[in-house]
Amino acid sequence: MKARVSKWVTAKRIVFLCMLLFMTIVMMQSFKTAPAKKVTPVKDSAGSVKAFMSVYKVLMSPRCMNCHPAGDAPLQGDDNHIHGMNIKRGADGKGVYSVRCSNCHQPENTVGLHAPPGNPKWGLPPANMRMVFQGRSPRELALQLLDPKRNGGRTKAQLIDHMANDGLVGWAWHPGDGRTLPPMSHTAFAAQVRLWIAKGAYAPGSKMK
Amino acid sequence: MISITVNGKQHDIDADPNMPLLWAIRDILGLTGTKYGCGVAQCGACTVHLNGESVRSCVTKLSRAAGQQVITIEGLSATNTHALQMAWNDLNVPQCGYCQSGQLMSAAVLLRENANPTDQDIDDAMSGNICRCGTYQRIRAAIHKAAQIQQEGAKL
Repeated sequence: MKARVSKWVTAKRIVFLCMLLFMTIVMMQSFKTAPAKKVTPVKDSAGSVKAFMSVYKVLMSPRCMNCHPAGDAPLQGDDNHIHGMNIKRGADGKGVYSVRCSNCHQPENTVGLHAPPGNPKWGLPPANMRMVFQGRSPRELALQLLDPKRNGGRTKAQLIDHMANDGLVGWAWHPGDGRTLPPMSHTAFAAQVRLWIAKGAYAPGSKMK
Repeated sequence: MISITVNGKQHDIDADPNMPLLWAIRDILGLTGTKYGCGVAQCGACTVHLNGESVRSCVTKLSRAAGQQVITIEGLSATNTHALQMAWNDLNVPQCGYCQSGQLMSAAVLLRENANPTDQDIDDAMSGNICRCGTYQRIRAAIHKAAQIQQEGAKL
């Protein structure tokens, strides 16, 4: 009789321990962080194009376009006139012979109206990757920016990083005395670039201007 | 104190790092061959070589030249026998002469990089140096002549 009671007690203990173990596992599971779901950005062609049109306005502003000319001479001023002194792009985009960019353009803006603006990276894109903005329609420029063969070998992430963090791009918002700024802040510009890419990096239709 | 090497000689200059290099060269070191023209890098009269590149010393801060090699017109050659100086003499290039040290320093970079420049090469290299007397034709002729002198010298 005593042995039967002992077996009964042991069985009860085992059942109790199993229940306890089960509850512990259930509780532990509830504390586990759910695996991060991969967020797929919602593609939105209209939103993407709208964002790009904002980006386009900045890229076509004098502070950006003057160093992305259609020809081999940089541009100057808000009227995009050809740079004085017959300045040439050169193979590396930094000028030729005794008229290299850094001969006049210092690592920083020179103070005073009509004095040379400056940045350590001052120059045009190189001759083998001209990255022309001047004369490009919104569609043409969007497709060019997305094409690594024509954008300096950049992925979309690198393109965002370039627009948001490159020192020479950032100069456009600190252009020195007497120069107009692009039509929106650098922060807003970078946000529009991100939006354009996140919503699918669509190029505007060919009729958009 | 900013240390710069001008025409091979080291100088320790006690001056504001933002001082134009031109000021240091002319007013502190007394090398007055380099001229002040426009003061905003538009004319080229103040051209000197900074590590071999022809910079406009009127807008180049002294701090940019710290620890670097500067060559002025006085240091283009020790005996005034640089091919350009000889050609300039032969063809009587200067009229008033004010821009000529800058012209020579720019031309020296061109000839170093292109031993036989065409008229187009000369225009590309020299358009940033303005001459109020309009000696451009003689400058071009003298650069061609200097190229010739240089090549003949190389053959000897």
